[in-house]
Amino acid sequence: MDVLTLSRLQFAITCMFHFIFVPLTLGLSVLVAMMETRYVLTGNEMYKRMTKFWGKLFLINFALGVVTGITMEFQFGMNWAEYSRYVGDIFGAPLAIEATVAFFMESVFIGVWAFGWDKVSKRFHAVSIWLVALATNLSGLWILLANGWMQHPVGYVLRNGRAEMVDFMALITNPFGLLKFGHQIVSGYTVAGFFVMGVSAYHLLKARNRDFFKASFGMAAVFALVASIMVGVIGDFHAADVAKTQPAKFAAMEAVWNSCNNAPMHLIAFPDEKNECNLVTALPVPGLLSFLAFHDTNAQIRGITSFPKDERPPVLPVFLSFRLMVGLGTLFILLSAAALFLSKNGLLEKYPLFLKLLVLCIPLPYIANQLGWVVSEVGRQPWIVYGIMKTSDGVSKSLDMSQVIGSLLGFTLLYGLLGFVDIYLLAKFARKGPEESHVGASNAFRN
Amino acid sequence: MDLHIVWFVLWGVLWGVYFMLDGFVLGAGMLHRVLGKTDMDRRIVINSFGPVWDGNEVWLVTAGGATFAAFPTTYALMFSYLYTPLLLLLFGLIVRGVSFEFRSKEESATWRGCWDWAIVLSSFVPALLFGVAFGNIFAGLPMDQAGYHGSLIALLNPYGIVSGLLFVMLFLEHGALYVAVKTVGDLSRRAESLARTLWVPLLVVAVAFLGYTNFATKLYDNYMKAPVLLVAPLLAVAALVGTRLLLGAGNTLAAFAASCVTILGVVGTGVIGLFPNLIPSSMDALSSLTIYNSSSSEYTLQIMTGVAFTFVPVVILYKIWVYRVFRGRVTAEAVAADHEAY
Repeated sequence: MDVLTLSRLQFAITCMFHFIFVPLTLGLSVLVAMMETRYVLTGNEMYKRMTKFWGKLFLINFALGVVTGITMEFQFGMNWAEYSRYVGDIFGAPLAIEATVAFFMESVFIGVWAFGWDKVSKRFHAVSIWLVALATNLSGLWILLANGWMQHPVGYVLRNGRAEMVDFMALITNPFGLLKFGHQIVSGYTVAGFFVMGVSAYHLLKARNRDFFKASFGMAAVFALVASIMVGVIGDFHAADVAKTQPAKFAAMEAVWNSCNNAPMHLIAFPDEKNECNLVTALPVPGLLSFLAFHDTNAQIRGITSFPKDERPPVLPVFLSFRLMVGLGTLFILLSAAALFLSKNGLLEKYPLFLKLLVLCIPLPYIANQLGWVVSEVGRQPWIVYGIMKTSDGVSKSLDMSQVIGSLLGFTLLYGLLGFVDIYLLAKFARKGPEESHVGASNAFRN
Repeated sequence: MDLHIVWFVLWGVLWGVYFMLDGFVLGAGMLHRVLGKTDMDRRIVINSFGPVWDGNEVWLVTAGGATFAAFPTTYALMFSYLYTPLLLLLFGLIVRGVSFEFRSKEESATWRGCWDWAIVLSSFVPALLFGVAFGNIFAGLPMDQAGYHGSLIALLNPYGIVSGLLFVMLFLEHGALYVAVKTVGDLSRRAESLARTLWVPLLVVAVAFLGYTNFATKLYDNYMKAPVLLVAPLLAVAALVGTRLLLGAGNTLAAFAASCVTILGVVGTGVIGLFPNLIPSSMDALSSLTIYNSSSSEYTLQIMTGVAFTFVPVVILYKIWVYRVFRGRVTAEAVAADHEAY
């Protein structure tokens, strides 16, 4: 273990922990905004109760997303000073813009929304949650443009001993960043869709507040189906872009060891990193991989062995994460289609097993999101900026082991504790019905 | 126009506004157990800044982001050299944010008591560390071409501690005034009288800081060169005295406004004294990080200037609007009736 390894571990832990809360924030903000809009348009009180019930869960989740986000901004300078210095001219801009155009709007209007029920008009109250949703998604855009630049650097020159920005438009139209943004946003919507379906299913199984949770379920099912289909479609474009821009990552995702034309996709494969080959390969679909990557069954796919050894990502974690993510993504489409069908036809309560399954499925989209980041970030190694700077060159020089060990322990303990409390509270308020979810007041539900 | 100077000014403004706005949240957070005798009192204090604290904290994120974008070398070295204090500060901010959200989610007195102490501690630690960090920056960090030669213990030098105390006292005063303005009855009166009491030690620390600065830093050099700049420290001192006079006259709102000016004046005094350095070196003047040798390229500064001058006014407008929406005092009835309240 050295400063580099510990810093990478710390970055992975803090990033992944932050990312337990972000996807639900992305999606649930939009769903709650849709619920409140329905309330404003129809005047139906049930939609107001829906807004409040799901909104409370949104706020509990939101709190940890926000506070752990600050860690991410600080960490670039703290642990990755050499990186920050080398690329700050171009990488700092999207982060600063995110704070200015998105983060301010998000945190100001979340205050208006949470505390403003009696302070602003009904209409404006609904507008404020839409502004929160817009800002949250906009925030994702700038972060993923920043990340997209690390993945596929554009619009810069190497000058004065660093990367300098020469084309801001190239940065904000970087296809890599935009595709990643699209893929991520709808993945977040999928998380929220399954979260709302799962919690609703739990209550339907208990036969409590049936109309309320059937209506919630119905909205979430449409949301989840549309989102999970889009995850697949955009993900497909994204993977094709990766094949062009990051061939080594693509080879690892599919465990292609030797370059070949007309590359098949193996439905079953398992890589053996030591011997640079696959232990098993079975059920090939000829030409499919070439076709998916380049829309040409004859196109050449570069194999991992065509890259120098010190420029190859670890194959096994990337390969497994990618397979598992795609598998889960397919499952989400099937499940949400079934959910929508049953919900539309009023058959939900006829299939308690299906409802139970949906409760158990709540964590799966979270896992798929995390796996996506493993593919993306582990697959980028050993580069911190693809093709320009190695991760090992980006770490701070002034740190010593004790500092990083201390911070790593601190983060692990603190995040562990807060994560535990947050999930406890989420579960507590999710289990309560809409009428019981108020704390601090002993009287019954009031509007 | 020299964009380096524009960004230096913006950098100072971002920090100043951050301390002015989050300062009262940190102060009220430190004081909420002292001021709040009952659980309801404490909830009132927390809810007095409930709708705005998150937006206030974003000024810090923006200050950090602006440093990264406009002065990446300063960002990289400042954050890595001050690793441990920044880490503790970060832990403080994380705990504070979730404490507000979590505290009222259980009725249990033990639960609430734990989060109360978490709020006090997580407000005190950042307040102190901001002061220690800025004091050390004012004095210069021990760095040369080979890197950083300091340590956590070295940051806790007497001048760093005086600066830390100054920040803590400023925010305590600021927070007490805010609570006095935003609440009613006994709670408001207790906050007002605490503000009077706190003013004396604040004055003592402020005088000590101003005097010590002459020996520990080169901040006053710029003022010697251009005495017109003295308007910043004079404004700070006048506002500090004004705070007490206005309190004496029973005008807490105006006293709070004066406290805002004090904080802006203190930050302005430090920042003007630093110019053109962002972080001076205490070992080797050539290793100081200045707005020229640590900045982004001209092109990036131009882009960022365009973004800042387009969006910051918009942000300021809707922030003012929000403070107007939530104007008025927070009462027990309002907190009890509002299910979304903290």
